[in-house]
Amino acid sequence: MSAGSAVPTGPLPAATVRLAPRLRLGGGWVGFAVRRAGGLLMSMLLLVLVTFLIVPLLPGDPARAIAGTNSSPATLAAIRGRLGLDEPLATRFVHYVGDIASGRLGTSFRFDTPVADIVATRMPYTVQLVIPAVLISLLIAVPLGMTVGVLTRDGRRRRLGVGFGTVAGLLASAPVYVVATLLIVLFSISLGLLPSGGATTPSALILPIAALCIGPAFAIARVVRQETASVLAQDYMRTARGHRLGSVRLHMRHALPNLVTSVLTLSGLVLTSLLGGTIILENVFTYPGLGTEVVQAIIYKDYPVIQGIILVVGMLALLVNLLVDVVLGIVDPRTLEGGRRGH
Amino acid sequence: MATEPTARRWHRNPSLLSGAVILGLLVLVALVAPLLLSGSAETLTDDTRLGAGAGHLLGTDAFGRDVLARALVATRLTLLMAAAATAVSFVVGVAIGALVHLAPGWLRETCLRLIDSAVAFPSLVLALVIAAVLGPGMGSAIVAIAVAGVPGFARLTANLAATVADKDYVLTARLLGVPGLRILGRHVLPNISGPLLVLLSSSFTLSLLDISSLSFVGLGVQSPQYDWGRLLNEALPSIFAQPSLVIAPSIMLIVTGVGAMLLGDGVASLVDPRTRGAALAPAKAGPAGPAAPAQDDTARAPQASDGAAAGTEQDGLLTVDGLTVRAGDRTLVDDVSFTIGAGQIVGLVGESGSGKSTIAMAVAGLLPEGVRANASRLALGDLDLLGTPPERRLATEIGIVYQDPIGTFNPALRLGTQLTEVARVHLGTSRRQAAKDMVRALADIHVTEPDRRLRQHPHELSGGMLQRASIASAMTTNPRLLIADEPTTALDVTVQAEVLRQFRRINREHGTAMLFISHDIGVVGVLCDTVLVLHGGRVVDRTTGADLRRGTVTHPYTRALLAATPAAVEAGGTLSAVRWTADAHAAQPSGAPSDDLSDKAADRPPAAERSR
Repeated sequence: MSAGSAVPTGPLPAATVRLAPRLRLGGGWVGFAVRRAGGLLMSMLLLVLVTFLIVPLLPGDPARAIAGTNSSPATLAAIRGRLGLDEPLATRFVHYVGDIASGRLGTSFRFDTPVADIVATRMPYTVQLVIPAVLISLLIAVPLGMTVGVLTRDGRRRRLGVGFGTVAGLLASAPVYVVATLLIVLFSISLGLLPSGGATTPSALILPIAALCIGPAFAIARVVRQETASVLAQDYMRTARGHRLGSVRLHMRHALPNLVTSVLTLSGLVLTSLLGGTIILENVFTYPGLGTEVVQAIIYKDYPVIQGIILVVGMLALLVNLLVDVVLGIVDPRTLEGGRRGH
Repeated sequence: MATEPTARRWHRNPSLLSGAVILGLLVLVALVAPLLLSGSAETLTDDTRLGAGAGHLLGTDAFGRDVLARALVATRLTLLMAAAATAVSFVVGVAIGALVHLAPGWLRETCLRLIDSAVAFPSLVLALVIAAVLGPGMGSAIVAIAVAGVPGFARLTANLAATVADKDYVLTARLLGVPGLRILGRHVLPNISGPLLVLLSSSFTLSLLDISSLSFVGLGVQSPQYDWGRLLNEALPSIFAQPSLVIAPSIMLIVTGVGAMLLGDGVASLVDPRTRGAALAPAKAGPAGPAAPAQDDTARAPQASDGAAAGTEQDGLLTVDGLTVRAGDRTLVDDVSFTIGAGQIVGLVGESGSGKSTIAMAVAGLLPEGVRANASRLALGDLDLLGTPPERRLATEIGIVYQDPIGTFNPALRLGTQLTEVARVHLGTSRRQAAKDMVRALADIHVTEPDRRLRQHPHELSGGMLQRASIASAMTTNPRLLIADEPTTALDVTVQAEVLRQFRRINREHGTAMLFISHDIGVVGVLCDTVLVLHGGRVVDRTTGADLRRGTVTHPYTRALLAATPAAVEAGGTLSAVRWTADAHAAQPSGAPSDDLSDKAADRPPAAERSR
């Protein structure tokens, strides 16, 4: 950024100055795509490797670990054949990668149905929790955090600042499954307003989504407030005040765009952790999504299902990360150059 | 010696204190509860599913065990598991991070990428993989959460080590031949312990909540053992019959979360030097706050204008009479008066801290929060700057150019938006017309490719380009007064000269009056008609640009400033440091701090400049 000031700006500085930004602009998205594709490939490989390792890492004989200690040799042999346990590890990994690439995720031990089908039926349920939760979190967090940030700037309204800090801190640090449990006690049991489980009616989604939102919304709101305070103290905000703008234009046009980068970066982290939270949360509501299924699969040692669901959830997390980076690149082109992880 | 500041630090850091108290209490409960309450927590009785009452504060469960006692006893197992998992994450993560840091180039890059990839996943995904391998159980939950926490520590260690490795003391140690591992242990790790400590405290909570979540879904602690997660798990099936069962473990989990958050915030502000400073700031802001409403009245009364102001009013475009600026009980600017006539350039010069920029911001009405200006008169023509002048007139009649061109521009907005804003908002100029005007203005001031500049973001331009754009922007409304607050300080010398030329051109072509602030007395001498020399918030000398250029100044401080500029030294003199204190000269009855000086200056007043 400041590299420009080192450029000699004599009588004819144009040539030197002109070229650099144009190259950077074109190189921005290309460089970003190349770097991001590399990273994505690496992450996917890591994900595939980790899920693959579940079976070979099982303590003792994997076939016995799967079938149980008292199983007959015939059963063990059948399991070995089905999982290809007799082949060398490298061959199995190649097969595993090949299967995943062609969309085959194996067959569930428990239901004897293709894992791909299980994932396909369960995933929409999880997605219809996660997407609204993400949007609602941001819709609460950004206006709330900004308003409090503007109102409490430079140590004004100390009581509001302390009050917000306390309430938001409390709500941000309460774990999602505790929030969910307490919401059930309050709204389903005490007030009898909303269903406490299942996914049969739209109203059944309200409590899970609310439970998912509350923590992230206030965690992000806290950060938005801090960022607002620091943005308002910047020199360019003094310039904007020098333009004598109304409060709305001053804050929405000049302060908000500078919050977007840090808020989005944080949101990426919060949103991936929200995916993890969903897995636990679904179990509270006996909700028919990926989370309930994967926990059952772990308890019943249904390894193909575990592998399949972890793969899918991991991919969703990568997708969220990629999406955040792309949106960041559009909103704030500077992030294309270094990548947001630099900070 | 060490205890007193530490105590004060704790006192100033309420979140650290309350967080530590909460977690301390939890540790106490973990130690004591199993000793005292195991009986009522674990003995099966016939008093099943009792409500809250005298014997059992929160009632009993399906087996007649005291609910509160169980939640309290469970504290020990919960904390121990979280501590174990965090310890493993920390040790393994820091070791991996350190090893990666020591590894040769390509291996380090690969490992860093791998760690980055791992951090991109929710930690629970990795935990579930481990739980799947080891099967449900307490040990597997601890290992799962421990492993899930490793990448975070590894990444932080590797990244921090990389930043510290470039520091001089590490390079010195390396040059001295200290071996790598020893450098790491003696020089690098101690210097990155702060952020690691912050991560450690947040990681402990996360581990606790995550292990509890595994127990909660049945993958962690199994009956008959119980932690908070297991207690919630057992309460869930009978949640309709006995909802009160969920209360105790929920409260324990929330209290822990809040305690850890407070402690984390506290530790973060302890180790982060920036927030450490910020933690002190509110203490100062306190007295400044109440002072705020007492705005203009205080100083205006004693400094009732003595009639002389009336005379300057007609001659001066900008009239500053008896300007005093205070921040809390500190006086930044003390009784400064001057006028600027139409077409005049008045310079304010002085060391940093002499109050020159404060005067400029007071005139522009842009003083920061908690800083208050009073004056017997502060006006731009018929516009009274002390009251609440109409925003539109302020925006269009005063143009401002700031010191740091890069910080002055909003990094998130295109230049066009920022440069044309005043015209569009206050003059109602259409977007297209404003852009057209700005392109012409930029071309006038020698900004190359003005069309494209408007579509660019500030980081794509050099400092010199930005400063010229900023001047062009300040001139769009053809203001009556241009305030330039150290406009050349952040630029290198060749650019400086060009920017100064632009100021002179504007003054010549548009007849714009200017208030030009600089610490560089050479620059001021070249540009300004009249020059005020400031020291410690007071005017110590009034002279002219011509006198400065000729070197015919009389005041000792001004001469000292002049002697300290390299330009003057080139002529063959020696560069001397300024050693002059206003106190020795102006420590007189505080009512008239610089009268003798201004009187002296008044002997040869330039056209539009008058003393009070």
